Amino acid sequence: MSAASQDVATRNGIFARAFIYAVLILFAVYYLLPLYVMIVNSLKPLDEIRQGNMLALPQQWTIAPWLSAWSTAQIGVQPTGLKPYFLNSVMMVVPAVAISTILGALNGYVLTKWRFKGDNIVFGMMLLACFIPFQIVLIPSARILGLTGLAGTITGLVLIHAIYGLGFTTLFFRNYYEAFPTELVRAAQIDGASFFQIFRRILLPSSGPIIVVTVIWQFTNIWNDFLFGSSFSGFNSIPITVALNNLVNSSTGVKEYNVHFAGAILAALPTLIVYIVSGRYFVRGLMAGAVKG
Amino acid sequence: MRKFLMSTAAIATLFAAPVPLAFADESVEVLHWWTSGGEAAALDVLKKNLEGQGVTWKDMPVAGGGGEAAMTALRARVTAGDPPTAVQALGFDITDWAKQGVVGDLGEVADKEGWDKVVPAALQNFAKYDGKWIAAPVNVHSTNWVWINKKALDAAGGKAPETWDELIVVLDKMKANGISPLGHGGQAWQDATIFDAVVLSLGTDFYKQSMIDLDPAALGGDKMVEAFDRMAKLKTYVDQDFSGRDWNLASAMVIEGKAGMQMMGDWAKGEFLKAGQKPGTDFVCIRFPGTQGAVTFNSDMFMMFKVGDDKKAAQMKMASDIEDPGFQSSFNVVKGSVPARTDVPDTAFDDCGKKGIKDLAEASTSGKLFGSMAHGYAAPAAVKNALYDVVTRNFNGELDSKAAAAALAEAIAAAKG
Amino acid sequence: MADLTTTAPRAVTNPRATLQDLLPKIVLAPSFALILIFVYGFIVFTAFLSFSGSKLLPDFSTWVGLNNYVRLFNHPNWITALKNLAIFSTLYIVVCSAIGLALAIFLDQKIRGEGVLRPIYLYPMALSFIVTGVAWKWFLDPGIGLEHVMQSWGWESFSFRWIKDGKMAIYTIVIAAVWQSSGFVMAMFLAGLRGVDNEIIKAAQIDGASTLTIYRRIIIPLMRPVFLSAFVVLAHLAIKSYDLVVAMTDGGPGTATWTPALFMQKFTFGRNEMGMGAASAIIMMMMIFAIIVPYLYSELGKKK
Repeated sequence: MSAASQDVATRNGIFARAFIYAVLILFAVYYLLPLYVMIVNSLKPLDEIRQGNMLALPQQWTIAPWLSAWSTAQIGVQPTGLKPYFLNSVMMVVPAVAISTILGALNGYVLTKWRFKGDNIVFGMMLLACFIPFQIVLIPSARILGLTGLAGTITGLVLIHAIYGLGFTTLFFRNYYEAFPTELVRAAQIDGASFFQIFRRILLPSSGPIIVVTVIWQFTNIWNDFLFGSSFSGFNSIPITVALNNLVNSSTGVKEYNVHFAGAILAALPTLIVYIVSGRYFVRGLMAGAVKG
Repeated sequence: MRKFLMSTAAIATLFAAPVPLAFADESVEVLHWWTSGGEAAALDVLKKNLEGQGVTWKDMPVAGGGGEAAMTALRARVTAGDPPTAVQALGFDITDWAKQGVVGDLGEVADKEGWDKVVPAALQNFAKYDGKWIAAPVNVHSTNWVWINKKALDAAGGKAPETWDELIVVLDKMKANGISPLGHGGQAWQDATIFDAVVLSLGTDFYKQSMIDLDPAALGGDKMVEAFDRMAKLKTYVDQDFSGRDWNLASAMVIEGKAGMQMMGDWAKGEFLKAGQKPGTDFVCIRFPGTQGAVTFNSDMFMMFKVGDDKKAAQMKMASDIEDPGFQSSFNVVKGSVPARTDVPDTAFDDCGKKGIKDLAEASTSGKLFGSMAHGYAAPAAVKNALYDVVTRNFNGELDSKAAAAALAEAIAAAKG
Repeated sequence: MADLTTTAPRAVTNPRATLQDLLPKIVLAPSFALILIFVYGFIVFTAFLSFSGSKLLPDFSTWVGLNNYVRLFNHPNWITALKNLAIFSTLYIVVCSAIGLALAIFLDQKIRGEGVLRPIYLYPMALSFIVTGVAWKWFLDPGIGLEHVMQSWGWESFSFRWIKDGKMAIYTIVIAAVWQSSGFVMAMFLAGLRGVDNEIIKAAQIDGASTLTIYRRIIIPLMRPVFLSAFVVLAHLAIKSYDLVVAMTDGGPGTATWTPALFMQKFTFGRNEMGMGAASAIIMMMMIFAIIVPYLYSELGKKK
């Protein structure tokens, strides 16, 4: 019941396997290093960081930087820590991810299973949209948000993020559905199933893996966005990245690196959790797909 | 997946108690980049003062790039037709915004409180546009300071240098003593901060001609070559890992005695004080050798935007509170800078602060108070950054002194056009 | 499951239902309309801007013709930025794809602890560079980072100071960028590998093909769509690389690590040169289109 290509593996020799493990572990170290630097230094008093050796374990362990980053560090004029900004980000990310994912799935479905003249041009244009540098859309977007009365609101941020995520979500779903057997769609159609019925009953149930990939991608990008967040939010809709940036980017003040690192990890927790939790989902989704096959 | 997302949302809701927002009748929305540590805490004093008068403070902090991120956000806000009440801004940026016709008029408060008499004329050039007050200055930073580790100075003869040659002697001795003489961070604005002082040390007239008047002859002339030679000389006293270092880490090197001195604006004092050091006993503050009596300044101001009549009263209250002598004193004691008003008593300040206040008043009356090029008070952003490019390339060895002077004249001419 | 590898045939048409015929287009229309306005409309806006003398805000009252473009290509920082983009994007895309594919293949060999390794490879993508950039900056700093640590462990001659060296600094940006994205590419390839049909591989094995041959001749060619996705994802990240550069070097030492995205941001918003910033954006878009359009054309054209 294992995935197909794994069967190739069974013919590897012991040395080859040792080599593979060595490479995999080496890369694990590479990926973990910055996280190690961040965690270790977030648990040190500031004096110890100033002394140098950033790879060393703390001589004096402390969780004070974490508490400070969460609830007492200065973010703007208020010593609130990052805590209040979490909710803003969640309220922005969840609808934006949902909207762009649903639209992307529908677009991918149309572009592969209901093809029409010029569909490739439409897809190509949507794909190219992924590449637009966000800095250039800032001013005109602001104008539109201003005209629609959405400036400085979470709704406005959701709208902008959803729009600029469409290119990617469409790409992901389109590529995934491309490989989905069109015979099934055709058969369902002959049976009289409607456009949405086919989507809901036939494509959606096997879309688990690509939904996970899309959600991960969108969630991460939107959660980590700074440019839109800082430009289009109002005083009561500031997302966490902007708050984190405010925490770490003091212009002429003392830089508390331990608090910065703790804050960075705190701000990244939701994305980290999405990765770890849905990473498992990802495999399970794949397995389920394989079982059905 | 949806279930998962919902549970995330639920967890986040649990942890995140939203900031309670009491909506008073009057409010100010303030865009600024004083977002962390002492400077944010200092601004909180202003917020509390306003709240005492029934004005709600809606905080809109955006840090990064010395205000660049905040200015980016401001463009979006103004384009959307929804500008904040007050925006922290610097120098020529204020003038540039005023030209767009989007700023307010503080005349009412300024006339009543007599700002014209107590704010130095050099600051008024920026806080006023077309004869009208448009911004309320908070403080004056001066940028031509040198911060010296007292022990390292004692080991190098004990006498604070007063001329360029004496400076070189001290730096050489520090080098011989086995420390890195100059603590410096290789970021364009830090390089340019030293460059300001170096140009000023070659004469106040030369500073005015080259940095303020942007005279091509002065920018590309022999004296500028000499300025770049001095930069090259200073480079030899910097440790090899200087590139990209944050300024406060360079301060830390001086505090710990790894480096002898740092050439940096007065905000560096906060780092020394925070480390428990005392001016005079642990560290010494002097003007950059050869620039005594002159001051290059950088002043934080709150630029006021055109707002609806309902917000106007709150805006005026905020402007008035900023210029309140009590606030000017308490804010600047924390921030390391000196008050923007010349009539604020210096009693609350330490020795370096007292000296700063005295120097500012003297320079202002003697006509030796100049806007800092490195901090946007000598020329508009395009010119300032063109200078950054050349100075930092020279300091990193990409251009020799002659080529740098020529490139400076050329780059500034291009940026002006 | 039916054969996954056959190419989907063209449109399924049903002449009977008219609404059903229109429905797909109605569903697609809002997305497409939004993209038309918010992407292509704004590109046109930016193109206009690039011919104007805009400084602080858009200003269409003064027209300067091609002047912004002339100044752009006479600016040393822009030339540096273009060179850096060439180095950075080539290395970044190639290295990320190579590492991603290799790790995916290795991880696909019934590895114990896959569940632990996979999130380790993936997590960097979850973090914002606002602060991981600082961690990298420290790690690469010879005074406190890797070099310092190696030397204090007794390897006195160890030297790694690229981030301080104008000629090498751009490569340190590649190292950090690869760190961030290669895990995500790995996941894309892993998903692709696990979608490969059993039967084909079994057949090849019966024919006596070696593991290497199976990968080279059968599995990797089947990864074509994954390569497309990976390329698109990586190219877009490369061209937009801004946060990373700001956090690690902010363009330094000197102006050695300027990139086009940094240039555009700094000129538009930091230097009040909006016209020149728009010109740089248009050049960036043209470069992107020059690379992507032919690629898309060949990829999509084949399916017809």
